Amino acid sequence: MMSAQPSKLASSRSRGQTVLRIAMPLGILLLAIAGWEAYVQIAAVPPYILPAPVLVARTMMADWPLLWASLLVTLETTILGLCLAVIGGVALAILFSLSRVVEYSLYPLAVVLQVTPVIAIAPLLLIYLPQDVAVLACAWIVAFFPVLSNTMLGLQSVDRNLLGLFELYGTTPAPGAFAQLRSRARALWILRRPAALPAFMAGLRIATGLSLIGAVVAEMAAGSAGAGSGLAYRMIESQYRLNIPRLFAALVLLAIVGVILFLVMAAISHLALRRWHESESGRER
Amino acid sequence: MAASHAGLQIVTPFTPSPILVALDSVGKTFANGVTALANVSIGIASGEFLSLLGPSGCGKSTALRIIAGLIEPTAGRVTWADSTDADHRSQIGFVFQEPTLMPWATVAENVWLPLRLRGLTKRDARDRIAESLALVGMSDFARAYPHELSGGMKMRVSIARALTLRPRLLLMDEPFAALDELTRFRLNDDLQKLRRQLGCTVVFVTHSVFESVYLSDRIAVMSARPGCIVAEVRIEETGDRDVNFRTSALYAQLCRDVSRLLAGSDAMEPL
Repeated sequence: MMSAQPSKLASSRSRGQTVLRIAMPLGILLLAIAGWEAYVQIAAVPPYILPAPVLVARTMMADWPLLWASLLVTLETTILGLCLAVIGGVALAILFSLSRVVEYSLYPLAVVLQVTPVIAIAPLLLIYLPQDVAVLACAWIVAFFPVLSNTMLGLQSVDRNLLGLFELYGTTPAPGAFAQLRSRARALWILRRPAALPAFMAGLRIATGLSLIGAVVAEMAAGSAGAGSGLAYRMIESQYRLNIPRLFAALVLLAIVGVILFLVMAAISHLALRRWHESESGRER
Repeated sequence: MAASHAGLQIVTPFTPSPILVALDSVGKTFANGVTALANVSIGIASGEFLSLLGPSGCGKSTALRIIAGLIEPTAGRVTWADSTDADHRSQIGFVFQEPTLMPWATVAENVWLPLRLRGLTKRDARDRIAESLALVGMSDFARAYPHELSGGMKMRVSIARALTLRPRLLLMDEPFAALDELTRFRLNDDLQKLRRQLGCTVVFVTHSVFESVYLSDRIAVMSARPGCIVAEVRIEETGDRDVNFRTSALYAQLCRDVSRLLAGSDAMEPL
């Protein structure tokens, strides 16, 4: 009885905190929107300069079929780009961890690819590749590197003593390159793979945001060529037509997509790590 | 009285038989030019509890890793009495200063690791895992994750893991150095019991005079730069090592003598 009291108190306090953490930013957002609406109404700002939030919402509803189709296009590019980045990044990181020679020869090239601004590569890709492939390639390029570098970091973050145990308790590898590779592959599966998971998850979260940015940038570069159909293309198109309310509606949709992707990734990361990793287990207790 | 059948004896290179493993003029110079060990020769008798006692940086951990085959000596050699190079690994259990558990795996899965590396599935290893956990009193925590355990409990799991292969030689690298004193006392007692129960040989690296006197049959005192053995002390206490021993005059006397040896180790000639 004595101990039940404080724990109940603590749980109600933590629930109060959760409510506060959701309510506070939401309240600020609503306040900002209300202020925006009031400003537009009072100062009579024309909608082609700054549309009021109510108008943006009405436009979103009116243009929903168009915007929804565009949203699906952008989302598909983002997710496909992300998937390819994960496959490529993880595969390359594993290859690097198994062979120094491969790492030394390829890693600098990956860095070059990363540091070159994607907006500068997009027009070239649009020349050489079909338009949809070029957009996908842009999303892939920006999302690829965080997956690669974080996975590499994670694979290297195994406790050295654990690797020592592995060496001690594992059967002595027979001489020969193939046997050594097999032994490394085993250490990779049993030790490095789980050890890399937290860093990989961090990379995945970064990559998700970047993949969306890559898709948008490429769509914008392509959009000026007039062949796109994603949300970013709708924005460029609306800008040319001075349909600023629709531009805002597309922008809001992009932001919502970004937030949803972020939350999905956070949930995946939580599910994968909550049992043992401090970053996720600490929050529950 | 205990003192009548026990006492301190400083001995020149002492080799009780039969020898399980012997270091023969072993030296280690690392790639950066630091000589961690120079000319260390010692025989480890089957069934004995040997402590390597010395200041930090005297190469005691290096010696332990050389025995385990985790690093190669640059001089001398390690000879095993009755096994070839390939199969003596299966006779070794190793415990690090840190528990070195896999944080993503449960206690049982951590203890499974050596067996897993030998090709046993978790199901086949189940009895062995349970047995090892029972030895260290951790049976109730098989499904717990390392982050849910205290430092002492993690160390128990680490010892259970080292015992799963039923090693003849248990190598321990300052295993209790990071624990509080009460936990350390309890683990010292439990280690005594385990050793008596399993009859394995132990090489125990420590910088604690008290711990080494409490646990050992023999203490090799080392000096630093380069690391070498400067004295060997035999603790001839045949009675129980328990709280009575810990509070006895003999224990105090032994600690004093070993402390003196350790303090003067820098000025002593290598054995």
